[in-house]
Amino acid sequence: MNKIFSFVILLAGGILLFTSPDELLGSMLSASQKAVSLCVSLLAIYAVWLGLLELVARTELDKKLAKLVSPLSRRLFGKQNSYTEEQIAINLSSNMLGMGNASTPSGINAMKGLDKGTGKITKAMAMLMIINTTAIQLVPTTILGLRIANGSRNPTSVLIPTLIATTASTIAGILLVIIVDKLIKKYKGRKSL
Amino acid sequence: MSIYLIPILILSLVAYSVFKKVNTYSTFVEGAIKSLKLVSSIFPYIVTIFIMVELFRISGLAITLSEFLAPMFGFVGVPKELIELVLLRPFTGSGSLALLSDIYVTYGTDSYIGRTASVIMGSSETVFYVSAVYFSKTSVKKLGYAIPIALVATLVGAIIACLVTKII
Repeated sequence: MNKIFSFVILLAGGILLFTSPDELLGSMLSASQKAVSLCVSLLAIYAVWLGLLELVARTELDKKLAKLVSPLSRRLFGKQNSYTEEQIAINLSSNMLGMGNASTPSGINAMKGLDKGTGKITKAMAMLMIINTTAIQLVPTTILGLRIANGSRNPTSVLIPTLIATTASTIAGILLVIIVDKLIKKYKGRKSL
Repeated sequence: MSIYLIPILILSLVAYSVFKKVNTYSTFVEGAIKSLKLVSSIFPYIVTIFIMVELFRISGLAITLSEFLAPMFGFVGVPKELIELVLLRPFTGSGSLALLSDIYVTYGTDSYIGRTASVIMGSSETVFYVSAVYFSKTSVKKLGYAIPIALVATLVGAIIACLVTKII
């Protein structure tokens, strides 16, 4: 990010120096203004959803969902020790509910549990990473809130398309991991012959 | 149908909490207070990215880059108004959120661009951040094929998003 930031600021600033030097500071300030008003909207959105998610955590609904998810996760990740399996299930289910603060620690623990200590990424680790980076959130709470804040007349119209797109990307990711893993094994098998 | 989904989810959650004898009032307050901490932690990033994006736009670089990449993205069905979002999404969550709200203001939330941007945003993740954090306590130093796969899968999601939003 550091490189991208420096590059963009220097290049864009350099161009502005020749085209309209008076706009540089002005646009930085107006951008900051926009950021403040976005954060005010976000504060309102997060207050509502984090309040509700606290109820999810307190009623242990997330742990119940984790139990439902565990047979699926065993198929994707193979058999692991029970602690790792539990962490994977918590990670997947809290991701589905959009509980970012619960999914990150469990994701780190699960990844550590899948680590064989060889320094090389395993298929199960790649799988966990891909599922997390392709997003499996059932209700995109922040997006929904931002749509409402910006005066959308039909804020929930994006729910079903989002579910379809995120399912497609997750399935594409899972398939790619399986295919690439097979190709690597095949290639290595040939090499040793 | 989907207009009932959220109200029903919220009502059943509260009803279930009452049934489980959870103190709904104080629990909600405890959750809500976390929003202050969350926003204060992402605020500096949002300001910084907003400044970067604004300079990128106002200098004309955004138009140049979008026009340069338009044929490639157009081929897979991504309109040029969304190229910036698709490119920035894997790098920064707060930054792409900033871009999304900019898109809402410019094109409207209910336009094709506004809706597709919502879908792209909601169906993807900050690939680089997530992978850096998740592998932070493992012995793995190089992620090898995992990052390219994550990026390709994210792009597949974006392409599907552009397609699906056109139909639904």
